[in-house]
Amino acid sequence: MIATACLIAVGVISVSALMNLFRLATGPDVLDRILSLDTLTINAIGLVVVIGIWFGTSLYFEIALLFASVGFLSTVAFCKYLLRGNVIE
Amino acid sequence: MAGLSELLVSALILIGAFFLFVGSFGLVKLPDVMRRLHAPTKSTTLGIGSLLIASMLYLALLRDDPSLHELIISVFLFLTAPITAHMISKAHILRNRALQQELPQPPGDEGWATLDPHGANETRLDPEPTRSTNAKD
Repeated sequence: MIATACLIAVGVISVSALMNLFRLATGPDVLDRILSLDTLTINAIGLVVVIGIWFGTSLYFEIALLFASVGFLSTVAFCKYLLRGNVIE
Repeated sequence: MAGLSELLVSALILIGAFFLFVGSFGLVKLPDVMRRLHAPTKSTTLGIGSLLIASMLYLALLRDDPSLHELIISVFLFLTAPITAHMISKAHILRNRALQQELPQPPGDEGWATLDPHGANETRLDPEPTRSTNAKD
């Protein structure tokens, strides 16, 4: 049952990642692209967690943690560049 | 007992995937930046929380290997999602002059989002109609 649920969840999260790629390609503003990159990172974390449950290992949580921290830092750096014209002043 | 645990973990996985899908669908569907900001920052956080609870329950109930690693990820995401939304909305206010005209003047001498490097308002980089004078006067 868990394998079936993981299969459905991988399909649904992949469709939502494709939606994020659509918004990343056709976003009218640069902030839409930043927001879609952030959402894409969150979807990648979800995919890693679901595959970790599917394969029955606890090995993938470090990868998910790295995705979370790098995604947050990149979003804040992009927004800081737009706000101040500089990343580190 | 094992069947009940499997049912619980499967339901949590499906709920998490559904909320991630709702967030991404709102990102595509909604018409404005400020409205698009609502969908991912709230519902994807909920979906990730549900997936991480499912992972913790799976490792604790079905594999007898309880761990608290997932709490680190969920706490980190719950802390950083509002900061991301705040930064994106501030950048949107800064880049949108019409929205700056509509908003009320914030208290003090500072604007809603400024470009000046020292936090002082008199050294604005680009000349524009000052927002401190009310347009209705």
